[in-house]
Amino acid sequence: MKARIHVTLKNGVLDPQGKAIGHALQSLGFAGVGEVRQGKYIELEMAERDPKRARETVDAMCRKLLANTVIENYSIEIAEK
Amino acid sequence: MHAAVVVFPGSNCDRDVEVALARSIGRAPLRVWHRDPGFPKVDLIVLPGGFSYGDYLRSGAMAARSPVMGEVIRRANQGVPVLGICNGFQVLTETGLLPGALMRNAGLKFICRDVHLKVETAASAFTGGYAKSQVVRFPVAHHDGNYFADAGTLKRLEDEDRVAFRYCDPQGRVTAETNVNGSLGNIAGILSEKRNVLGLMPHPERLADPELGGTDGRAMFDHFVRVLH
Repeated sequence: MKARIHVTLKNGVLDPQGKAIGHALQSLGFAGVGEVRQGKYIELEMAERDPKRARETVDAMCRKLLANTVIENYSIEIAEK
Repeated sequence: MHAAVVVFPGSNCDRDVEVALARSIGRAPLRVWHRDPGFPKVDLIVLPGGFSYGDYLRSGAMAARSPVMGEVIRRANQGVPVLGICNGFQVLTETGLLPGALMRNAGLKFICRDVHLKVETAASAFTGGYAKSQVVRFPVAHHDGNYFADAGTLKRLEDEDRVAFRYCDPQGRVTAETNVNGSLGNIAGILSEKRNVLGLMPHPERLADPELGGTDGRAMFDHFVRVLH
């Protein structure tokens, strides 16, 4: 199975990098861009065949290492490939 | 007194802190490589500055999960003093030994210069060599030193006198202008609940020798000899 994980800063946590990206987009002439939040994308290949168990394992991975839950949220997508 | 400095791949302030410790305690600290089996019995554990594991994933995230840290966490929970400087502070927050997190500097720049710090509490083995409200000058050199914690955690840190240092001006004024990296409450260093763990972003070991332009950091290392055996 394949796990796709997005890690993003929690709401309320300032994201100066996102802000800088927003300013850069504006200076390139892209109008109408609201708040920009930057995050991480992690892709994992897993031997596990059961989607439920795969999700539980990846959830534990996120809590133990992939995300810092003091400042970050994560979302998990499990797919065949 | 015996001290140990834990060295990870990418640590780069291990030698500086070893020199500062050796000068103050009269004997070279032990170096513990992250893969060394067994951990000697010591009176003080230091996690030095640097870029452990290349700052991969998040600063300090990989080091915090390395096997040697399992032992450091056990010792800290038994009351052994643990000092984390710069990357060491990041490692300590990633392990959960200290609350909060160190995020990218608000100005997005790597900051490398001397800063003034207000000593907020002298009630610890680390800060007992200073007077409360004393202003000291230590260098900072970091990209991820922007301290964040939720409102409840911040209140606990304040209520329990666990903020050790704040960024200030030479007169000790703590203002938005003196906040070099955007840290909440200008926080530069914090103590654990039992006060035996200190994490701070600035580098006391880099101004502990007159040849290097200052000695404000030395009082921290000198004080260990008086209180740790």
